[in-house]
Amino acid sequence: MIVLVVTLAILAMLIVGYRMGVGKALSATGGQARILHSRPGYYGTYTALWCALPACALMALWLIVQPMVIAAMIRGGLPADIRAMPDEDFDLVMTAIRAIAGGTPPSNVEPYMEAAAARIGELEILGQWFMAPLVLIVALAGIYFAIRHIVPDLRARNKVESVVKILLIICSSIAILTTVGIVASVLFEAMNFFSIIPPQDFFFNPVWDPGFARAGEDHTQHDFGLLPLMWGTLFISFIAMCVAAPIGLMSAIYLSEYATSRVRSVAKPLLEILAGIPTVVYGFFALTTMGPFLNTFGDTLGLDIQASSALTAGLVMGIMIVPFVSSLSDDIISQVPQAMRDGSYGMGATRSETITKVVFPAALPGVVGGLLLAVSRAIGETMIVVMAVGAAANLTANPFESVTTVTVMIVKQLTGDNEFSSPQTLVAFALGLTLFVVTLCLNVVALYVVRRYREQYE
Amino acid sequence: MTATMTVESRSSAPAAMPAVDAVKMASRGTEVYYGEKRALHGIDIDVLEHEVLALIGPSGCGKSTFLRCLNRMNDTIDVARVTGEIFIDGKNIYDRDLDVVQLRARVGMVFQKPNPFPKSIFDNIAYGPRIHGLAEHKDELDAVVEKSLRGAGLWEEVKDRLPEPGTGLSGGQQQRLCIARAIAVSPEVILMDEPCSALDPIATAHVEELIDELRQDYTIVIVTHNMQQAARVSQKTAFFHLGDLVEHGATEEIFTNPRDERTQGYITGRYG
Ligand SMILES: Nc1ncnc2c1ncn2[C@@H]1O[C@H](COP(=O)(O)OP(=O)(O)OP(=O)(O)O)[C@@H](O)[C@H]1O
Ligand SMILES: [Mg+2]
Repeated sequence: MIVLVVTLAILAMLIVGYRMGVGKALSATGGQARILHSRPGYYGTYTALWCALPACALMALWLIVQPMVIAAMIRGGLPADIRAMPDEDFDLVMTAIRAIAGGTPPSNVEPYMEAAAARIGELEILGQWFMAPLVLIVALAGIYFAIRHIVPDLRARNKVESVVKILLIICSSIAILTTVGIVASVLFEAMNFFSIIPPQDFFFNPVWDPGFARAGEDHTQHDFGLLPLMWGTLFISFIAMCVAAPIGLMSAIYLSEYATSRVRSVAKPLLEILAGIPTVVYGFFALTTMGPFLNTFGDTLGLDIQASSALTAGLVMGIMIVPFVSSLSDDIISQVPQAMRDGSYGMGATRSETITKVVFPAALPGVVGGLLLAVSRAIGETMIVVMAVGAAANLTANPFESVTTVTVMIVKQLTGDNEFSSPQTLVAFALGLTLFVVTLCLNVVALYVVRRYREQYE
Repeated sequence: MTATMTVESRSSAPAAMPAVDAVKMASRGTEVYYGEKRALHGIDIDVLEHEVLALIGPSGCGKSTFLRCLNRMNDTIDVARVTGEIFIDGKNIYDRDLDVVQLRARVGMVFQKPNPFPKSIFDNIAYGPRIHGLAEHKDELDAVVEKSLRGAGLWEEVKDRLPEPGTGLSGGQQQRLCIARAIAVSPEVILMDEPCSALDPIATAHVEELIDELRQDYTIVIVTHNMQQAARVSQKTAFFHLGDLVEHGATEEIFTNPRDERTQGYITGRYG
């Protein structure tokens, strides 16, 4: 509550500071804006930044440090026997106290806990009452400082722009750091897994049979083989690409070379609607329509096609990727300069000769890059396969049998009720890491190829 | 060839011409519309065999549009519509039964900006012969490539680097590669749309010399903004203005003694 009020107050002061900055800059030159080093608005922004940045930094710091200080104070106030507890139990007590203070008391509340929780509440309010005036004073001091410094020669624009640049750098490093954090956490858990199961038993084991975790059990009787899962993933992706590559490319060629602009303006958005369908919807299309259909269709041909076969998932996934392939290839084919086509038509080539012999070869590197991106999407796709394929980890080349994929098993192992530290759960991180590395490599190669292609025509 | 002409030549008096000046292509009442907008108003002109016809005129007057009519390149533009008649050896190229693929094999085109395909030098030249089935065997193809490159005056420079990409050549070399590519299918007429506008003076001189040599075997129509170039390479000149063919005739006539004052204004540099 107090935080909200303080924030609003800073906001108001920021606006006032802006006005004051502009006013000071103008009055310092007697109203002649041309003498100023920067345009008046920059002096306003300069003042506003001095008002808001230190105050906000102080507030953020305070809000981070305050709970730590309070925790330390609470700890000192607890009975001696509680303080003597081992670390793990003590952490549980602290969690319970925090829960009481937060208004969701656990079942076993003891009197000393309630006392501590009440004290937390008091301290928090006290802390915030200290913080509010301090922050506001800093904000005011910022304005005062900035206003005092405004003279016509002040390089306000350069200062504002360097602050903006720093803010932008901070934002982009947040994105990068998040990625690093995700990779690090997956890596960390995967290391835990590999300390229980040696890597060669994961990467080169043709059997997947993780079983269930039981206390005090020897894990070596279970099999955590990556191969059948990776095979399933690649197999389904391959089927998907067999569907998506020709259909996507042909429709891209039609759209970019044959379609009149009227057809194009209707067909392209329609194709892109396909890309907007949530994958879970494709999932139940596979589950309720495609699977049974292929099953009965197989019966009429005398083939035994399982409803949850690799074929089902591959076909549906292929349909999902079609718009991705086609819109990417369409962009790339349209980038081939018109001069190439004119040159070919001018030689008396027909439209199809022009496309197959000039336009498509010219676009090929980019198209290949686009297909690689599509493959990495297929490999990482989860929802369709979770719904459409079974959990049978078969190492089979028969598309009518069911296989399972890396992503399906990640979901299954993580949502199962195995203990978190068991290899049965941790294997999900090893699988995730493998998947991450594979798709990362594909993406890097694909982006490199596409970029090389772009440069060729720029 | 004049005997088979279905259209009488109006612009130049055929009787006064020597026999070699047979009419190769003729345009009668050609009009072009881009959507509603009329870009060419009834063009009547003849192109004589083994002659270079230069098309000049201020920007946007329809020179490229007319040139593109001669091998029906305007077909590739959705909004363009052509009416009137254009004849090659007396046959209307806009007839239903005329195959545009064969027409373009007979009437080749070189563009303003060099546009070699992103293929090897060899494949650039071999492209046309291959799609028209002109050379069946590798050695036939080799011979055609060499002949075309020699014809374009490029053979000595590139004979050792035929497998290298055509896009790796210099601008002037690329343009001569495009000319070689056009003559590889042995066309009868070559259309050139400002072929030297992207080239430096030396490369331009190369191409101009080449045009003069090519005249022995081909009929050439060239668009140019460069008056000296028109004077140097062409025997006939046509002046376009705002979609009209204002005046055409022997190059010398046009440049020394223009009949229309718009022509005079343009060639003396008063506007354009
Ligand atoms: N694809 C097109 N769509 C619509 N209008 C066009 C198109 N191409 C040309 N035009 C119009 O037709 C007219 C003649 O154009 P054209 O390209 O033939 O001129 P040009 O004489 O070759 O000019 P320049 O010397 O600048 O090349 C111009 O007014 C132009 O705007
Ligand atoms: Mg032009």
